[in-house]
Amino acid sequence: MTAPARSWWRAHSELGVSALLALVGVLVLVDTVAEGGLSGGEDDDPIGPGAVPLILGAALLVLAVLLTIDVLRGGHGEAEAGEDVDLDAPMDLRTVGMLAGVLIATAVLIPLLGWPIAGTLLFAGAAYALGSRTVVRDIAVAAAVSLVTWIAFDGLLGVDLPGGPLMGPLSSLMGAAG
Amino acid sequence: MNDFGLLDGFASALTPTHLLFAAIGVLLGTAIGVLPGIGPAMAVALLLPVTYAFEPTGAFIMFAGIYFGAMFGGSTTSILLNTPGESASVMAAIEGNPMAKQGRGAQALATAAIGHFVGGMIGVLGLVLLAPLIAAVAVDIGAPDYFAIMVLAFVAVTGVLGSSRIRGFASLVLGLTIGMVGLDPITGSPRLTFGVPQLADGIDVVIVAVGLFAVGEALWVAAHLRRKPPEVIPVGRPWLGREDVKRAWRPWLRGPFIGFTFGSIPAGGAEMSTFMAYVTERRLSKRRDEFGHGAIEGVAGPESAASASSAGTLATMLTLGLPTTAIAAVMLAAFQQFGIQPGPLLFEREPDLVWTLIASLFIGLVLLLLLNLPLAPAWAQLLRIPRPYLYAGILFFACVGAYAVSGQPVDLVVLLVIGAIGFGMRRFGLPVLPAIIGVILGPDAELQLRRALQISDGDVTTLVSTPLSIAVYVIIVLLFVVPLVLRLRRSRRAPSSEERESESV
Repeated sequence: MTAPARSWWRAHSELGVSALLALVGVLVLVDTVAEGGLSGGEDDDPIGPGAVPLILGAALLVLAVLLTIDVLRGGHGEAEAGEDVDLDAPMDLRTVGMLAGVLIATAVLIPLLGWPIAGTLLFAGAAYALGSRTVVRDIAVAAAVSLVTWIAFDGLLGVDLPGGPLMGPLSSLMGAAG
Repeated sequence: MNDFGLLDGFASALTPTHLLFAAIGVLLGTAIGVLPGIGPAMAVALLLPVTYAFEPTGAFIMFAGIYFGAMFGGSTTSILLNTPGESASVMAAIEGNPMAKQGRGAQALATAAIGHFVGGMIGVLGLVLLAPLIAAVAVDIGAPDYFAIMVLAFVAVTGVLGSSRIRGFASLVLGLTIGMVGLDPITGSPRLTFGVPQLADGIDVVIVAVGLFAVGEALWVAAHLRRKPPEVIPVGRPWLGREDVKRAWRPWLRGPFIGFTFGSIPAGGAEMSTFMAYVTERRLSKRRDEFGHGAIEGVAGPESAASASSAGTLATMLTLGLPTTAIAAVMLAAFQQFGIQPGPLLFEREPDLVWTLIASLFIGLVLLLLLNLPLAPAWAQLLRIPRPYLYAGILFFACVGAYAVSGQPVDLVVLLVIGAIGFGMRRFGLPVLPAIIGVILGPDAELQLRRALQISDGDVTTLVSTPLSIAVYVIIVLLFVVPLVLRLRRSRRAPSSEERESESV
């Protein structure tokens, strides 16, 4: 791709949103038809389960076209501001990627290590990704937050969070104390 | 019928358990209001899975405390930093921050806190007087009316707020589509499940809300994190002089009427309320030249309107089951999780819940005034929390909440996908509110539509067969068509994309 073409696409990156809307619209229509949405309803349910999804699918396609027209005419959505958001800085996708990786790692690690350890790694990893470099303090804070949360949720509130291998001894200790 | 009333509500709200829930709610709410990055809607969404363990009354007392607490706390942030903690406190930043810069931060904080207290009190009083009346009228309305009102809510949150209608509607339809996933409640046939059995239960509202609000926000901030935290203006204990009170008391009393009204209608919310209160105060003021440079009236009016708008929002949510703001939408989802349907019958079926909740609002407001007036400098210390810890904590609790829904690690991946959608929406200016209203209210609206057509044997004219539904559709047309005509007229004179940007402040 030539340089002007690339910068044109960058300036019109919102066309990606149009493409996504169109894609979702097509998927909704295809799936609704495949699940028998065209057959309509019966006496006690005149429009049937398929009608609203069909309307939504069509609406998504229409909105995709309208948004494309708007973007090509020079319209663009405003990125959301916030107190910790500096919109003048370029987007830091590396941090976002690291955070996504941390979340996926957490999903994998929960069944293996249990919440207290997986949660510690989640908090400390996210803090590192966000630019904190006081590693020892980060891990200490993470471990404290994670352990207190686990005790509060699993022990006091009755929300089931797996304790993992390390927690066998600890919970029997707590059980003996309580 | 049970004639449980406001006094019984006070008796129940003053029991130790309920007082504890109210105290936890207002503490959490104030902290959330002060902290950047977390709003009350996100906080309630994060707490949804935890509250399954509680009885509903306690949970809603806590949620309401968070709602009002966040209003109080939000103004602290806007006054001491120039960046508002909640969208509702943008107006407080305009006058409150200049006051703080001139060394009158203590007076600004006091004006805001008393304003919230007065506004909240008058607003909740309005709720006490008006809600049973609205409920009594609304008891008779049928499925076509409900459907019309819900369509109004969709159009209003989408078309009135935000700068671009196309993007608003794109967000709404995406939300409606997500809400459609799962088994059809009437026929039981699968919809939009793409043959994946896990999708048959639908995508849990908690995961959608936490993903859009918490994960989406954390990822978005992470991409643009300010490396140097903004300066906090140091401030002493809040107090007011005689001259200040003289200038502030009228705006304090005017604000609630504006706030309650705009809070109770769809598309009002706290943003519109505070904006209207600000404009009113500027117009009525004899010192109009001071506005923009720290006019105390510009803090007093909007702040009391903000808290009153919360009461108005609660009135609509409790009596009609209609959420007008993001937090009301999440609270509606919470009601549904408990198997309680807010609406006109709520006051008959659950009078103890409703009146205990309302009584605890009064108690919560007193607690908030005590917490915020003397302790504002202490709360401001929260602004020093290292940002990596703040956003790591948000992600941590988002994961706890999503995991707690059903105990499946795969839900964290769904959470991440919805968080990525939330990130994209923030990047490309799609508002989040229409999506969340679509997810939560969409299935209900479809049910009312199909119920109406079921009663009429498929005759579509039933949708416009009652005076109320006709009136609502007329309002929708006015809301939607009139601005469109105005815009077309204007765009003939000026290029369109420029003005669209200048519209949103």
